[in-house]
Amino acid sequence: MAKILLRERLVPNIHILEVYSPDIARKCKPGQFVIIMPDEHGERIPLTIADWDRKKGSVTSVFMVVGTSTHKLSILKAGDEIPVFVGPLGRPSEIKKYGTVLCAGGCFGIAAIYPLARALKKAGNKVITVLDVKANYLLYWEDKLRAESDLLFISARDSFYDCKDYIPRTLKNIMKKESEIHRVHSIGCTYLMSTCSEATKPYGIKTIVSLNPIMVDGTGMCGACRVTVDGKTKFACVDGPDFDGHLVDWEELFSRRKSYFEDEIQSLCYWEKKEFP
Amino acid sequence: MTEKKEMAPELKEGLKAEFNKEWRKELRKSLPVKERTKLRRQKMPERKPEERNVDFDEVNLGLDARKAKKEAQRCLDCANPQCVLGCPVGIDIPTFIKLIEIGDFAQSIQKMKETNSLPAICGRVCPQETQCEELCNLKKATGTPVAIGNLERFIADYEMSQGDVYIPQIPPPTGYKVAIIGAGPAGLTVAGELAKKGHKVTIFEALHVAGGVLAYGIPEFRLPKKNLQAEVDYLKRLGVELKTNFIVGLTATLEDLRNDGFDAFFIGTGAGLPNFMRVPGENLIGIYSANEYLTRVNLMRAYDFPKYDTPVFLGKRAAVLGGGNVAMDSVRTAKRLGAELAAIVYRRSRIEMPARIEEVHHAEEEGIEFHFLTTPTKFIGDEKHQVKAMECLRMELGEPDSSGRRRPIPIEGSEFIMDVDMVVVAIGNSPNPLIPQTTPQLKVGKWGNVEVDWDTMATSIEGVYAGGDIIRGGATVILAMGDARIAAAEMDKYLNTKKSKLQGTKSKKRRAK
Ligand SMILES: Cc1cc2nc3c(=O)[nH]c(=O)nc-3n(C[C@H](O)[C@H](O)[C@H](O)COP(=O)(O)OP(=O)(O)OC[C@H]3O[C@@H](n4cnc5c(N)ncnc54)[C@H](O)[C@@H]3O)c2cc1C
Ligand SMILES: Cc1cc2nc3c(=O)[nH]c(=O)nc-3n(C[C@H](O)[C@H](O)[C@H](O)COP(=O)(O)OP(=O)(O)OC[C@H]3O[C@@H](n4cnc5c(N)ncnc54)[C@H](O)[C@@H]3O)c2cc1C
Ligand code: SF4
Ligand code: FES
Repeated sequence: MAKILLRERLVPNIHILEVYSPDIARKCKPGQFVIIMPDEHGERIPLTIADWDRKKGSVTSVFMVVGTSTHKLSILKAGDEIPVFVGPLGRPSEIKKYGTVLCAGGCFGIAAIYPLARALKKAGNKVITVLDVKANYLLYWEDKLRAESDLLFISARDSFYDCKDYIPRTLKNIMKKESEIHRVHSIGCTYLMSTCSEATKPYGIKTIVSLNPIMVDGTGMCGACRVTVDGKTKFACVDGPDFDGHLVDWEELFSRRKSYFEDEIQSLCYWEKKEFP
Repeated sequence: MTEKKEMAPELKEGLKAEFNKEWRKELRKSLPVKERTKLRRQKMPERKPEERNVDFDEVNLGLDARKAKKEAQRCLDCANPQCVLGCPVGIDIPTFIKLIEIGDFAQSIQKMKETNSLPAICGRVCPQETQCEELCNLKKATGTPVAIGNLERFIADYEMSQGDVYIPQIPPPTGYKVAIIGAGPAGLTVAGELAKKGHKVTIFEALHVAGGVLAYGIPEFRLPKKNLQAEVDYLKRLGVELKTNFIVGLTATLEDLRNDGFDAFFIGTGAGLPNFMRVPGENLIGIYSANEYLTRVNLMRAYDFPKYDTPVFLGKRAAVLGGGNVAMDSVRTAKRLGAELAAIVYRRSRIEMPARIEEVHHAEEEGIEFHFLTTPTKFIGDEKHQVKAMECLRMELGEPDSSGRRRPIPIEGSEFIMDVDMVVVAIGNSPNPLIPQTTPQLKVGKWGNVEVDWDTMATSIEGVYAGGDIIRGGATVILAMGDARIAAAEMDKYLNTKKSKLQGTKSKKRRAK
């Protein structure tokens, strides 16, 4: 059992979860994730590690409330215990001195990209961060990310922030302005990652995405997380989750993520009826 | 692999000593061999096919005491019991059976546990027909061997029904810490053996439940979880600590554990990496590895969705590729989850199928279809990327290959289409790569299996031993357990020599003073 230290709503529909797990805190690196099961009847779901505190022995994730598991997580309180919190899973992101690196995050990816920006900055890169939100009241961790970035852009559809464009267009504008960008990292929903990859492709800038297929064990044992990259089948949990966005078969990923669409609705209705009769 | 067909001298001695005991002599006299060979094999009571193929309760019901005693009478108590040679761990089969015959069940289970720590499990899942029962002298005489597996199961279930499992006296703590990696049958066995020697044992398990394949793979209808739970509870009572949700290599490396003060290690991480067919369309929705399908159903209890949150696709026309136990478990699970067509698609013929014979019979009774000499070449999807059909090729059998089985050869132009909406790929698993990847000094073979010295189960790293599917590739529970017992004995020796070394340095220091 793992103990919850903090669970709070950051902005509507997005919550932060801090869990006591000294073993994972000791080992984790940017780009890795945990598998978490909210209760004994729950499903095992992956969440990216967004921060950690080695001294305190804590690991933090930020999640968006979508279905049953994330609804269950969203009502946890400090002191509660959950049956599964295992990791750190997946290969860490490659951190090197590349030159200028652009980090693009949206929804939960704003948090997920934070440790990456921090590590890239520490490795001596110029870090340009681009955050995407639907509306400005959905923005969180702006200061945290600003502290790790040389430049920070925010695109929000209703914005008094930098621009109203959806993130790929923002990327294009930056790529045109900046003399050279050596690498792009993109984390967020599948749509955001695929469109970012599309935007950078004509410029030939290597674009790393953190894929989010459905997973079960997260250790390479089941193959639920198979994705096609460069024509080859990969297990995202052990071969990834980072892959070259220009080589990913996005259509397949979109379809596989919808495998249980009707079941997910049924599951959530069942839970809501039980929880709020 | 070691294919020793000679009986070890100690084993021979032990068998002889029991064989010559007075009560055994008298029992042999009480019913002559000729009479014994006339007795009919007791049939294992089982639930009716049409009743059982809709739920997950156990198929076999187990012998009762009367039937068990009757079956035990069939055993001829041979002076040269061949069955023991067939058992990978060398159980004293005649003694445990004769103790059943005289009704001394408590002694019988004791005898059993001297060599087999998991009889409730082995009695259910061992391929007895190719092991002990294959070599049974009664089989040679009458064609029908003693039902050794059923008796093994009986005696284990009897002990469980009594409620008070015998806990051996544990010697004072030795002060040594042992790390067991993986809570499958191999790991559980080593843990029990070393705890009984007074070592402090911790099991690290990646999943949230102990048992390995016994927990996530083999379904409830063949191996009820309560049998597994009983074994795990027993280990806890022996003082074994179980750390679930801990992946060695990721949560901590083997080196980290060494630095944390562990003195010896056992790697029992199994063969958990699923193989796929590598034909077009394999990533369509509705195509599972057997591991994923069985894990969703068994471990995550998708059969009880939405009470449990994990969903599983309920195929109406399910094809399972493969011919082993894993394929049988998958296809019978699909049937239970409502498939109208639940079919095995296997590239060789019936006799080459590696599954236990009992499972094949049960599957047939439950309405499973078998398509032999058939292999898929392509999966075809609909507009939603959901599998809707599979293109197959017919095969014929050629010359025997290295495994001794006849090699399947495709018949050109024999393509045909089979309509399916779910496919489970059960064509085998490879050794789990996590530990080798994160333990650079560990020697591995060309299939990714950890290499060991087969006499001691020692790996290339001092103090690190391995056994079970991680060294063999997908094998059996009893082989995993056999490896584990050898490893445990060697690890105990290793720790004891370490102790003398330690004392040696201490005494040297003392002398230096
Ligand atoms: C490596 C990785 C890292 C991730 N990191 C984060 C994160 O930091 N924050 C965050 O909010 N989300 C993250 N996700 C996505 C997150 O796992 C899903 O949103 C979550 O599983 C949804 O569960 P649910 O029961 O609430 O919703 P459901 O009702 O089950 O599903 C809703 C949606 O989530 C997807 N989904 C369902 N089950 C899974 C599963 N087991 N694994 C992956 N996706 C699934 C489905 O495609 C569906 O679109 C990550 C996914 C992966 C693979
Ligand atoms: C569906 C199915 C049916 C079968 N039927 C039969 C049968 O009828 N009869 C028979 O004899 N055999 C059968 N087998 C084979 C048998 O189950 C295996 O040979 C046996 O379980 C091997 O035991 P093991 O302890 O080596 O490994 P496993 O049982 O595979 O256990 C390994 C354990 O290690 C854990 N692990 C892996 N990596 C790590 C890590 N890095 N850190 C921590 N933990 C880790 C895994 O999660 C797992 O729990 C079947 C197998 C399957 C899949
Ligand atoms: S353990 Fe397996 S091989 Fe040995 S006696 Fe029992 S059933 Fe036979
Ligand atoms: S989640 Fe099971 S193999 Fe990746």
